[in-house]
Amino acid sequence: MTAFRTLSLAMLKGFVRDKVTLFFTFLFPLMFLVIFGLILRDVGADKTKIAVVGDGQVVSALRDSGVLELEQYNDVDAAVQKVKDGDLPAALIVRGQQLEVRFAQSDQVKSATVLGIVNGFVDKANVAATGQPPRFTFAAEKVEDASLKPIQFLTPGILSWGVAVSAVFGSALTLVSWRRKQVLRRIRLAPVSATSVLSSRLLVSTGVALVQGGIFVGIAMLPVFGLKLSGSWWLAIPLLLLGTIAFFALGMLVGAFAKTEEAASAAANIVVLPMAFLSGTFFPVEQAPAWLQAVSKIFPLRHMNDGMLNVLVRGKGIEALVVPSAVLIGFALVVGFLASRVFKWEE
Amino acid sequence: MTGERSAVVVRDIRKSYGELTAVDGVSFTVAEGEFFGILGPNGAGKTTTLEIIEGLREPDSGEVRLLGESPWPRNVKLLPRIGVQLQASSFFEKLTAKEQLQTFGALYGVSPGTAADMLELVGLADKANEQENKLSGGQRQRLSIACALVHDPDVVFLDEPTAALDPQARRNLWDVLRAIQERGKTIVYTTHYLDEAEILCDRVAIMDEGRILALDPPAVLVRGLDAPTHVTLQKGALSVVDASALDGVEEAHENEVSLTISTRRPAPVLSALAERGALDGLQVRAATLEDVFLDLTGREYRA
Repeated sequence: MTAFRTLSLAMLKGFVRDKVTLFFTFLFPLMFLVIFGLILRDVGADKTKIAVVGDGQVVSALRDSGVLELEQYNDVDAAVQKVKDGDLPAALIVRGQQLEVRFAQSDQVKSATVLGIVNGFVDKANVAATGQPPRFTFAAEKVEDASLKPIQFLTPGILSWGVAVSAVFGSALTLVSWRRKQVLRRIRLAPVSATSVLSSRLLVSTGVALVQGGIFVGIAMLPVFGLKLSGSWWLAIPLLLLGTIAFFALGMLVGAFAKTEEAASAAANIVVLPMAFLSGTFFPVEQAPAWLQAVSKIFPLRHMNDGMLNVLVRGKGIEALVVPSAVLIGFALVVGFLASRVFKWEE
Repeated sequence: MTGERSAVVVRDIRKSYGELTAVDGVSFTVAEGEFFGILGPNGAGKTTTLEIIEGLREPDSGEVRLLGESPWPRNVKLLPRIGVQLQASSFFEKLTAKEQLQTFGALYGVSPGTAADMLELVGLADKANEQENKLSGGQRQRLSIACALVHDPDVVFLDEPTAALDPQARRNLWDVLRAIQERGKTIVYTTHYLDEAEILCDRVAIMDEGRILALDPPAVLVRGLDAPTHVTLQKGALSVVDASALDGVEEAHENEVSLTISTRRPAPVLSALAERGALDGLQVRAATLEDVFLDLTGREYRA
């Protein structure tokens, strides 16, 4: 027990004192979170802006609703010119009871949206003018759907990726460096089992993963990024631990083959980077072509991403952990077994 | 064979790597408390021999008894009783000297307090809180020896502890090695410094090309060599002709600075020189292990 505790402490100290590792564990993924979070913050949230000439009941109803952004013009020609120049998708011209919309043909989606909205408000005003109660009513309510706000999919994705990277690199580099510096031989000459050495390194990796989770989620929840966690967010913790074990095993496999730290680092990148891109770390994988989505299913990171997304922001329950957990455990067992077969004590 | 008094017994071990025969029939015993040196140039098979005794490698044939037990396969009962310092300096990343010792100690269940004693022993008490990579080569070497000793083993294996050290650091390390022997440890160590082995070791095995060529206390090896003693004087102290005429002198020659006399009976030669008052710049150099190596292999010793 003392051996396990002291080894864990030694590795923790080694980790904390290594500035490069700290950077790649915490700041590097955070940089992606911050950059993408800020760049994509307003995507999908920006309102369509149109030109308005004149005023009236319909215009003030539109303004109050806030569904369109209105830019007031005094002159019809100036407003139409804006549409011709392509600066605005449409111009609404009010002449007493008569409303006229001049829209750009090039952007049919936006124009149709504007026409629909304006038409809706005109109909509403007409119904109100008759003094009759409306026969049909409808209510609209927001649903948190698959197309999430960017920060909502970025945080689980970058968290999974950051945890995967630090687990793979942590185990691969430790293994190679210890073999090269003959620390492994030295440990083999001590009456201590390989299991306690391995599990102490794994303990440090899981601790690091939990700290990463806390920091990434904490920063994403700042008002400037605006992450909103679902009630079942704590289900991410078992997922975080299983992911660490799976990617730790992958690092052991990489470390068994690599002879130098440089080679290990390159090999780990070759394994982790494509997996990160194809698993929906930086963009929702639902936007990718179907074949790519199928391919991405072979990566454990894809399943970890899905699980994280489901429990952190989509509010799914424990049933959302079944598939990701099974995949991560299976991956850890298979890869861990392979790693133990090719493990070498010395060069 | 004195089985119970021997720390190490090696009988006819052999080890080949493909075509290369690294160890080719080596046998020796090391008594408890002995300082035993394995000496030879690079590639002589010293390190492989040591690794087989430590239980890191299996010999192709032959037998090893370490403290009465077989070290192969990995013998966990034996491990706490042996201390091994490896050729490279093997340390944990970013830990201070004291933390290294505490961590290695913990592998053996040793209390953390031992670290301070060990630092004292190897003269690194003032470097306790320095990180390992900030130490000098000699300090690192001493720290790695301390790591090998932290669990108070009976037999200590040191693989070229003085390699690549400057002369002052080497001498400091010699003091450490002597202090370890005074604690009653058996020391088996390899070196390619002949002069060092001569000073430190109780017995020396001279290895070349996987075989032991000679095994004796250094003084016996040198004496058995029957090599002449060289007496050197300042040039002009005596003429070459007069020197050659002295009783016991085999040969005398002169260069720009000195006169060198070779003799197998240095006593009468030295008294004759004293009688003539011709002792200016006197130096006497007896044969060394280098001469033994030259005699055994027919080639000059190159570390």
